[in-house]
Amino acid sequence: MGWLTTALILVPIGGALLVWVLPWDAFTAGAIALLVALGEVGLWIECLIRYDFGKGGLQLDQQTSWFSDLNVSYHVGLYGFSLWLVGLTVVVMAATIAYAFWAGRSGARAYFGLMLLLTGAIVGVFTAQDLLLFYVFWEAMLIPLYVLIGVWGGPGRLGATIKFVIYTMAGSLLMLAAIVVLGLSQGTFDLTAAWQSSSDWLFLGFAAAFAVKAPLFPFHGWLPDAYRESPPEVASVLSGVVSKAAIYGFIRIAITKFPEPTKDFRTVILVLAAIGLVYGSLLAFRAPDFRGVVAYSSLAQIGLITFGVFAVNDLGLDGAVLQMVNHGLISASLFLLAGAIERRATTGEFARLGGFARGRPVLATVLMTTGVIALAVPGSTAFAGEFAILAGVFKVGWGYSVVGAVAIVLAAMYMLRLISAVLHERAGPSVVPEALDLRPAELGAIVPLVACLLALSVWPAAITERSFTNDRPGHAISSQLR
Amino acid sequence: MIQTPHVEWSALAPELMLLGATGIALLGAVLIPRENRRDFGALFAALGFAGAFAYAVVLYVHNPDPHGAVANAIRVDRFGSLAQMIIAGSGLLAVGVSYAQRMRDEHIAEYYSLLAAAGAGMCFLVTANNLMTLFLGLEWFSISLYILCAIDRRLEGSLEAGLKYLIIGSFGSAVLLFGSALVYGATGRLAFGQIAQQISAQNLTSDALVVTGLAMIIVGLGFKASAAPFHQWTPDVYEGAPTPVTAFMSAATKVAAFALMLRVLITAFPAEAHLWTVALAAVAVTSLAIGNLAALVQRSVKRLLAYSSISHAGFILIGVCVGTPLGTRAVLYYLIPYAAMSIGSFAVVAARERELAAPVTLDNLAGLGWERPLLGIAMATFMFGFAGLPPTGGFVGKFYVFSAAYEHGWTWLVIVGVVATMVSLYYYLAVIRAMYMRPASELELRPAAVAGGAPPRETALQASVVLALAVTIGSFFAVQPLIEVAKHAAASLPF
Repeated sequence: MGWLTTALILVPIGGALLVWVLPWDAFTAGAIALLVALGEVGLWIECLIRYDFGKGGLQLDQQTSWFSDLNVSYHVGLYGFSLWLVGLTVVVMAATIAYAFWAGRSGARAYFGLMLLLTGAIVGVFTAQDLLLFYVFWEAMLIPLYVLIGVWGGPGRLGATIKFVIYTMAGSLLMLAAIVVLGLSQGTFDLTAAWQSSSDWLFLGFAAAFAVKAPLFPFHGWLPDAYRESPPEVASVLSGVVSKAAIYGFIRIAITKFPEPTKDFRTVILVLAAIGLVYGSLLAFRAPDFRGVVAYSSLAQIGLITFGVFAVNDLGLDGAVLQMVNHGLISASLFLLAGAIERRATTGEFARLGGFARGRPVLATVLMTTGVIALAVPGSTAFAGEFAILAGVFKVGWGYSVVGAVAIVLAAMYMLRLISAVLHERAGPSVVPEALDLRPAELGAIVPLVACLLALSVWPAAITERSFTNDRPGHAISSQLR
Repeated sequence: MIQTPHVEWSALAPELMLLGATGIALLGAVLIPRENRRDFGALFAALGFAGAFAYAVVLYVHNPDPHGAVANAIRVDRFGSLAQMIIAGSGLLAVGVSYAQRMRDEHIAEYYSLLAAAGAGMCFLVTANNLMTLFLGLEWFSISLYILCAIDRRLEGSLEAGLKYLIIGSFGSAVLLFGSALVYGATGRLAFGQIAQQISAQNLTSDALVVTGLAMIIVGLGFKASAAPFHQWTPDVYEGAPTPVTAFMSAATKVAAFALMLRVLITAFPAEAHLWTVALAAVAVTSLAIGNLAALVQRSVKRLLAYSSISHAGFILIGVCVGTPLGTRAVLYYLIPYAAMSIGSFAVVAARERELAAPVTLDNLAGLGWERPLLGIAMATFMFGFAGLPPTGGFVGKFYVFSAAYEHGWTWLVIVGVVATMVSLYYYLAVIRAMYMRPASELELRPAAVAGGAPPRETALQASVVLALAVTIGSFFAVQPLIEVAKHAAASLPF
């Protein structure tokens, strides 16, 4: 059944070629892209049905040799946690493509082709089980993002993209050097082979790439500009999905294959995550615009997820996987809502917004629901994730949990400030009474994301109990995910 | 009766095909009416290159064991045949790029004849087995290229480029000849294999004459390969020469120079490996540094691509300097997508140049991506390929070269290569940014008036670009077959 995984990667890429090559008009191109994205969701549901959670481990895998003299192969497959991350990817991409289809983009064929290509690349990152293949998909994510932001972005897009690309490639190229050394010294590039390395330098090479992409403080310099200048749906994808690829890399490669360097550098990384958590939350509280709040809150949440990952115990890892999916859905919805607000008010600056709730109940409800879940109100899935992470990291050091708890309060502060500044108080100078409520098409894009969040709020164990074999992540990691 | 050596004509088949094309095109210059000379010359040059490619494939298939031919003056082996295939392929693409180039019609047939002659010289050079044939092949193609650079006499830049290439190239050839003389003086032998035998038999490994001669040979070959610090001619010559000539030079000259460099160093000087590996590593680092840093500030696209080719000479030298089978494989593999990307990118520049009737800069590339989607996507792919991003063969090539460096134990060279790649991204992305992300309204130049207002349909150039694109992307997916071919080719050298 390995062909299902390959199909998950190739269907969107094939869709991208279809959209690019044939001379469709803008509407048909968008419709085809949306159909392909929805078909992709269907394929993922099929994978979900076929994955045997009781057995766990690598399933639906396929391996063919790519170049045999250095032992590189095309090896793809799914684990429990990567299955959920792939699900996050396809759902968010479908929502964002739907939003772009409705909003209309100039150069539609190019745009939708690039979005589909991005889908295929991100799914490839989550399913690759060979080091070089992982690197190929990792880099392949960059090209569509560069063009999407650089062509369809806001006024500051050229500077934003250069910063984004240079930062990301600096990390990735160090990872390439580490991959070359690792693969040649181990004699194989296959991740499922039973090898581990104790080299600190190689660990740092991988950690550099993941730390920049996530981003982890202090490598987040590219974040505010890139998130502000992207088109809203691309910001959704960047913040919701691409950052999770970095955390996935930490779990799949850095922690699993480098157990001793992980112990050596764990404190440094946890401290950086803690700083990012507090710093991001404070900056979010002070940000003057919608996108700024969501961007910095993303920095903070990634710090929190890193807490869970580098706790390297059952609670921490389960919480991290759940929180990855949560944050992906939350920030995707928030960026789409930011796009909706920007369409109506031509700006996201709080000074010019306010009073959106009057006459626009649907928008208010959706924003309020998403915002309240984002601040991890007890009963929401974000609360379940955060609680598990903080409980897990408590076992490493109680200080981290204290920082995390403080950050929860800060999250409440910045989220409520966001909701209030947009929805409540007097109507701002850019808000006109004629601005419409959320249209059915926008609801069609955003509500499924929120519905997933609500479903997870009722049943977070769907993810936490089904991410690792026998729901024992610590054991799974130490036995290299067998 | 003078005893003449047995000439194995089949071993010389690629060169003979191209020489035939040269002769026929030259005859066309005098016999064919002026308006038909372009088609006639282009047709026979293309047939010559295609025939040379086909013969090189036949030679590759039929010669699993390397052997000498024509009194051991040339070596018939898979290494030479693979290099000939790449050269002939580059020549074919270059003919396609040249076809619509507006040059003085009275010399157009000579242009194609010189192109074929240069190709013949390069094919001969990569099979050279002694110092005399090495020099002969080198001068053969160099002189053809000197004239080709200067052939567009209307342009002052073209004449300047030809003169500069002549003077500096001749200097490089003179240094190489002097070095060959020193080596001959020390060993008394011209053939590469025999030089190695003499060096080990007479314990000449540290002999001053041999080492100085080796150094001068490396310098001479470095001039041809545009490796820093012997690169001074490259930006000016690439910028001044007619763009199709630049396209051909940037791809085929490097293939010939690096193939020959590998052959000479590994066959004739294995005993000095501890010296030339380090020397070439230093040259590689210099090329990477100078090529990438200078390219960052270029506004003229041809100069940018020239400096980029210097930096790629550095990357290829990483594979050459380790002197191992993996390194040789890496170099041979790398040259395939590199040649395609090089010719393809200069082809796009040529198309834009014809459209604007002005030199192409980063500013007047604005809007190219949207107006001419095929050329835009192709150029973007070539830039990503040069930068080493998947899914292009450039990524796999860099990966292989870095693997070779690590396997030899020089991890520091991998780090240098990685840092160089990081720096190079800025200017490769600048080209893509210029094409796609800057509105055409920023374009200050008015495009040259063309009937109908649309860019001219240049079928031959577009076909070349599509072929180059196919090779660039195809070499990413079909790595295993190409590596197998490279492996057999590398096995012909006496490691």
